[in-house]
Amino acid sequence: MTVTDITVGPGEGGSRDEPLLVVDDLQVEFRTREGVARAVNGVSYTVDAGETLAVLGESGCGKSVTAQAIMGILDTPPGFVTGGSVRLDGVDILHLPEKQRRTYRGEAIAMIFQDALSALNPVYTVGRQIAEMFKVHRGMSQKDGLVKAVELMDLVRIPAAKERVNDYPHQFSGGMRQRIMIAMSIALEPQVLIADEPTTALDVTVQAQVMELLADLQDELNMALILITHDLGVVADVADRIAVMYAGRIVEQAPVADVYHRPAHPYTKGLLQSIPRVDAKGSELYAIKGLPPTLTRVPPGCSFNPRCAYAQDSCREGGAPPLERISDTRAVACYFHEEVLGAQQ
Amino acid sequence: MSEPTHLGGSRDRENVQNEFMRARAEDITLPAPEGAPEPTDDVGKPRSLWQDAWDDLRRNKLFIVGSVLVLILIVMAAFPQLFTSVDPRECVLQNSRQPPSSEAWFGYDLQGCDVYARTIYGARASILVGIFTTTAVMIIGGLIGIIAGFFGGWVDGIASRITDVFLALPLLLGSILILTAFPSTTDTPELVVIGKVVLALALLGWTQLARIMRSSVIQVKNQDYVQAARALGATSTRIIGRHVLPNSLAPVIVVAMISLGAYISAEATLSFLGIGLQPPVISWGIAVNDAATYVRTSPHMLFFPAMFLSVTVFAFIMLGDAVRDALDPKLR
Amino acid sequence: MPSSDVVLSVQDLVKHFPLTKGIVVKKQVGAVQAVDGVSFDLHRGETLGIVGESGCGKSTLAKLLMVLERPTSGHAALHGDDLYAAKGGALRRLRRQIQIVFQDPYSSLNPRMTVGDIIGEPFDIHPEVAPKGDRVSRVKELLDVVGLNPEHINRYPHQFSGGQRQRIGIARGLALKPSVIICDEPVSALDVSVQAQVINLLGDLQDEFDLSYIFIAHDLSVVRHISDRVGVMYLGKIVELGNEEQIYERPTHPYTKALLSAVPVPDPEGREDRNRIVLTGDPPSPVNPPPGCRFHTRCWRATDTCSQQEPELVIRPGIDHASACHYAEVDSAAPST
Repeated sequence: MTVTDITVGPGEGGSRDEPLLVVDDLQVEFRTREGVARAVNGVSYTVDAGETLAVLGESGCGKSVTAQAIMGILDTPPGFVTGGSVRLDGVDILHLPEKQRRTYRGEAIAMIFQDALSALNPVYTVGRQIAEMFKVHRGMSQKDGLVKAVELMDLVRIPAAKERVNDYPHQFSGGMRQRIMIAMSIALEPQVLIADEPTTALDVTVQAQVMELLADLQDELNMALILITHDLGVVADVADRIAVMYAGRIVEQAPVADVYHRPAHPYTKGLLQSIPRVDAKGSELYAIKGLPPTLTRVPPGCSFNPRCAYAQDSCREGGAPPLERISDTRAVACYFHEEVLGAQQ
Repeated sequence: MSEPTHLGGSRDRENVQNEFMRARAEDITLPAPEGAPEPTDDVGKPRSLWQDAWDDLRRNKLFIVGSVLVLILIVMAAFPQLFTSVDPRECVLQNSRQPPSSEAWFGYDLQGCDVYARTIYGARASILVGIFTTTAVMIIGGLIGIIAGFFGGWVDGIASRITDVFLALPLLLGSILILTAFPSTTDTPELVVIGKVVLALALLGWTQLARIMRSSVIQVKNQDYVQAARALGATSTRIIGRHVLPNSLAPVIVVAMISLGAYISAEATLSFLGIGLQPPVISWGIAVNDAATYVRTSPHMLFFPAMFLSVTVFAFIMLGDAVRDALDPKLR
Repeated sequence: MPSSDVVLSVQDLVKHFPLTKGIVVKKQVGAVQAVDGVSFDLHRGETLGIVGESGCGKSTLAKLLMVLERPTSGHAALHGDDLYAAKGGALRRLRRQIQIVFQDPYSSLNPRMTVGDIIGEPFDIHPEVAPKGDRVSRVKELLDVVGLNPEHINRYPHQFSGGQRQRIGIARGLALKPSVIICDEPVSALDVSVQAQVINLLGDLQDEFDLSYIFIAHDLSVVRHISDRVGVMYLGKIVELGNEEQIYERPTHPYTKALLSAVPVPDPEGREDRNRIVLTGDPPSPVNPPPGCRFHTRCWRATDTCSQQEPELVIRPGIDHASACHYAEVDSAAPST
């Protein structure tokens, strides 16, 4: 079963025979004093133009490392890409020489991070930082770059952009800074935008504004959006498809409605049951027992098995269960997914 | 602070890696058979941060080399007889300025004293000055730094201004002034002479550690665990002693160790200028002073004490570097 | 179940942080009005949730209640004893009744103390609570109560995960058997699956030890789950106060409505139709709060009265809980963008 068999959800399939971005069996390890941690252990997913894929998981599952490997900004050492490929428009960018890779970064594929304050350079004005994108990639002059910067700041709805283009990052609020980072990342109209926990550090009202902005921009530019997060609420709002990650592997991939209403993996199910809701008051929350494993010592068999309510002996033996297609649009890595699907309330 | 602990940008990567390395505690034991209680999480044997640092240090070549050297030097200072049977004060003028030979490995100096013996015996003065000065500086500077950092407000204002005043006094010039004001003669006991040099250096050098301690304390003071102690009703003494001091010490220790080398250097300089240690005290600085004018004709008189001096300073700096790497939380 | 006894009573609590200029001689040029007149009662066995975004003053409120900061004006009484009049030994004894759990599991525990020392420190400071021989067994008991292995009493904090450290912090808070625990964003820094464990733990402990909680958070879903009553804070004031059902089902203050509509619901069903109120602009600075109602600069219902007259937090006609809005009403249609 190839990864491209998991077809895209709503959206264009288009002229290509495979989606815009294809991550195929990516492997990343971290070599630490305590051992080798398999941070990304055979991760495959795809995103197409105009589509939003949410990569959902908790800390340590490898979702951010995957994104960094795709962007080529992984800290090496201690991180090493040891396998797989990342194809953008058919080109394997993972194995390109650095010089060529750099041309892709910013132009074809861009990334925004969680904390805009540390991602923006505090000693340069925001206008200058945005203009730099055009200077470096398009050879524009500083003056022209600044004109474009004002345009972009308007696009991301920063009030009084013309006056504020010469302000410094610390003079903006958290939500505004996040928008400036978004402006920088879409400056060159990339085909793929990776958003790594873009709203986790923001207040909920600001979060709503920023997510709405991202959705609008995506529509306008027909970008593919990879949203990396642990927030099940945000995902439900914007994602078309979801890839759930645990301990370096994808354990479930499906369209958004299926994941929320008919989860097939015990971890997904457990997560959904453990979150409190703002629209209803429950009694006791279901809590997945135990803790995520240390990646230098993953349990044998399925890495989730010590915490799993459905685990049997077969889960502890052999290798990890493979990500298996169970329908046109769904794949799950669990031998007992039918039980999980069957036991819906 | 109402923000989550994950930080972004370039620290994203750091944190992502930390997620993997942080969790020594997150081992999962395999589920127990039916009927057994919930599996407990194994957090491993107790291991304090100091122990972690020590583990790191033991593997650091810089540390091993530096500490071996320092150990040799300390033994040399305490038991010079182990290294030579020659009396460094037994000087025969006839041997003046003789180059190294099989009887005297380092040759003879101007007075006809065995250079090797004087070099070995000279270690004591330098090491003593280094250790005492550093201790005095840590106590004075540490105290003022803690008071300034912890109490803040006008207390900090006064302490910092005092620090600024002393900081403005140049180390060497100030030492010269102090030592010429209280001169020593050949009759002054060795320890008093050393004591005066220690005092002069300490009086002018404490400011560096005071400032480091102060900023370290200010940083620690705002940590939640200090607030928790206050919330429990802990007295300031307890807070400083149990919470603030142990967590502020690391940068102070590192700088102190590196400065030790600098104080030994400073002593040598003062002795070279003739106002530090005086004969009959044996020190490398004095040896260098005596040998300076003859460097072209009898280089051995200068070379050996100078080399020992450099190696000593270097050894302490290496130690300090290694300790700094081991204690630096960001490198964990 | 919450009783009617009031354990903590807060009246008109105000904290202004002065802004000064000058090095040697300082002159006050303004003030950060972090908390500006907060009043509420906390009943025994009750959980009062305080919800609000960054800059609303909830962290400062927590510090005031713990007497880690002294108020500019106002009163607070714990079991009838004035919190801010007490000094020295009397204050120390009062502190036994009210404890705090912090947000950051990584900075709330002294990294150079063993877990046993951390949890045992309350007994060192208040030796009258536990005889010396008893302390180790009490610490082990506390570890057990919060779901940790008592044999780990000599481990250090960095050997535990975030969720476990939070439990250690809770154990420390329980040691003196307080009646009130202030939970300052206790689960915000934890992973989703661990949050549920700690939230459940807090709930169980409340039942077992008859605790009253003030639960401060920005996550509205968590606050709803654990709270009996909820207060919504904006720029240093409580703008709406009621029980959990009133606030979440029948909000009356525009800010509460905006806040609730902004929370993403973990259900993709009907997401196109969801009516989201998106507030314009940034929250104003607490140094220069707007005149009259502090929310009026971002409020779609605002009129001239709102910029002139500050609305009080009172029960208004037709509404069953307190609201600080001249036009408080249930279910007024708000414009969505």
